[in-house]
Amino acid sequence: MQALTNRGKEVSREPMSFMERIYLPNIFKGMAITFSHIFKKQPTIQYPEQKREFSPVFRGLHVLNRDEEGRERCTACGLCAVACPAEAITMEAAERMPGEENKYREEKYAAKYEINMLRCIFCGLCEEACPKDAIYLSETFAPANFTRKGFIYGKEDLLIPDKNKAPEEYAAAKGAARV
Amino acid sequence: MTLLALDWILMLEKLILIAIIVFASLGIALYTTFSERKVAAVLQDRPGPNRAGPMGLLQPLADGLKLIMKEEIIPNSANKALFILGPAMAMTAALMTCAVIPWSSSVELFGRKIDLQIADINIGILYVFGVVSMGVYGIMIGGWASNNKFSLMAALRGASQAISYELAMGLSLIAVLMISGSLSLKTIVDQQMAPGAWWNIVYQPLGFLLFFICAMAECNRTPFDLPEAENELNMGYHQEYSSMKLGFYLFAEYVNMIMSSAVMASLYFGGYDIPFLDESTLAPNIAAILGVLSLLTKIVIFLFVFMWIRWTIPRFRYDQLMNLGWKKLIPLALVNMLVTGAVILWQQG
Repeated sequence: MQALTNRGKEVSREPMSFMERIYLPNIFKGMAITFSHIFKKQPTIQYPEQKREFSPVFRGLHVLNRDEEGRERCTACGLCAVACPAEAITMEAAERMPGEENKYREEKYAAKYEINMLRCIFCGLCEEACPKDAIYLSETFAPANFTRKGFIYGKEDLLIPDKNKAPEEYAAAKGAARV
Repeated sequence: MTLLALDWILMLEKLILIAIIVFASLGIALYTTFSERKVAAVLQDRPGPNRAGPMGLLQPLADGLKLIMKEEIIPNSANKALFILGPAMAMTAALMTCAVIPWSSSVELFGRKIDLQIADINIGILYVFGVVSMGVYGIMIGGWASNNKFSLMAALRGASQAISYELAMGLSLIAVLMISGSLSLKTIVDQQMAPGAWWNIVYQPLGFLLFFICAMAECNRTPFDLPEAENELNMGYHQEYSSMKLGFYLFAEYVNMIMSSAVMASLYFGGYDIPFLDESTLAPNIAAILGVLSLLTKIVIFLFVFMWIRWTIPRFRYDQLMNLGWKKLIPLALVNMLVTGAVILWQQG
């Protein structure tokens, strides 16, 4: 049979020599190895106080973006829902009324926008599909919840806080606040 | 003050000593469970328990509290009296050993000379062996009374292992006794302490090695923790136990470790002897206190070695265990005994 790699080693079937049969030298060797580990650096991260940084391409919880003036960018075109392989996104569109120009960027907006975080596979296809740069994957992840219903994130959970009005919450939602 | 022809002050003195030694042993055992986890952690490149209290020092208290607060379950099919007797016996047998260990020389308090040993009986080491054998009953009764086949299997393993290793242990001990000519632990330690005398480890390196291996098997420590082989027997003889009864079994193991460390230190490493120091030049009280510290240091070193071995060597297979005990250790111990006897005879001329 051809070996897949050249790293394989043939097992020695020879009977053990006397030194091997009394075990003690090998036991001491093993004990020396474990003892040397006392002085090794521990890779542990003390979790709640210390956190490991996400990589820059980490795909976490979604946010619905606002533009520079704090207006919602989403126009409820439904491309993200079409792109979603897990069918996690649903939305309902509504027409912008006169006087709401400071809330919504375009004439149409998402009255209801829901993502089921249990279905979502965090592939980021919605982010790619969005023509309005409205949906982004942040660098946070969905916290635990007691009910399945709790994992269906509505617009109030997803919409990013206004950068101008609440900068701290904005940073937290983006995931930039982590240490 | 004599009433009923008894020295009541001696009784009081011994009672206090017993209380101190028993509670100290329990306290050390408590923190041995903690250091076991810490040693395991540092040997595996992790920090170990460090949340409860500063550096995790309150962890054993939290563990104990958890065990006490847990629900006490006695299975319906179990033999209730024996089920309760099992852990009690394991614990009692483990603690009884401390009676004959000479913790140090004597201190002078209120004009009385107090020996820091509960009882200097002239068959001290035989007493240790007798009591340690009783510990097997704790395992056996617990495993049988649980009415669970895994527990019973584990108990049988534990009992047969303890019995077969006791033989080799006793044989390697005989060589020490031939050198010292006494069964009293105090005498054995005093002989090693005498100026110009060496520790018994110098005369009995092989004997010590055998004794150490057997002590590990007696304490059911890895690599001889067959009764607790999780992958074959679930949890071992204490599978049906919960709450503090389980705690007693786990705890008895650590008390056993401490006691066998103390016995080994006394037999082979000069007990409370401080190396390269003549204790008779010190004030008796200071010498006694330093002696206790010296013995404790030796015990701690032994405990560390026990743990170090546990986290290095995998468990023996059962037939390998029996092979090692009957076909290797016992012949070696016999040879060791014969050689020692021959050398002693030759020296006497």
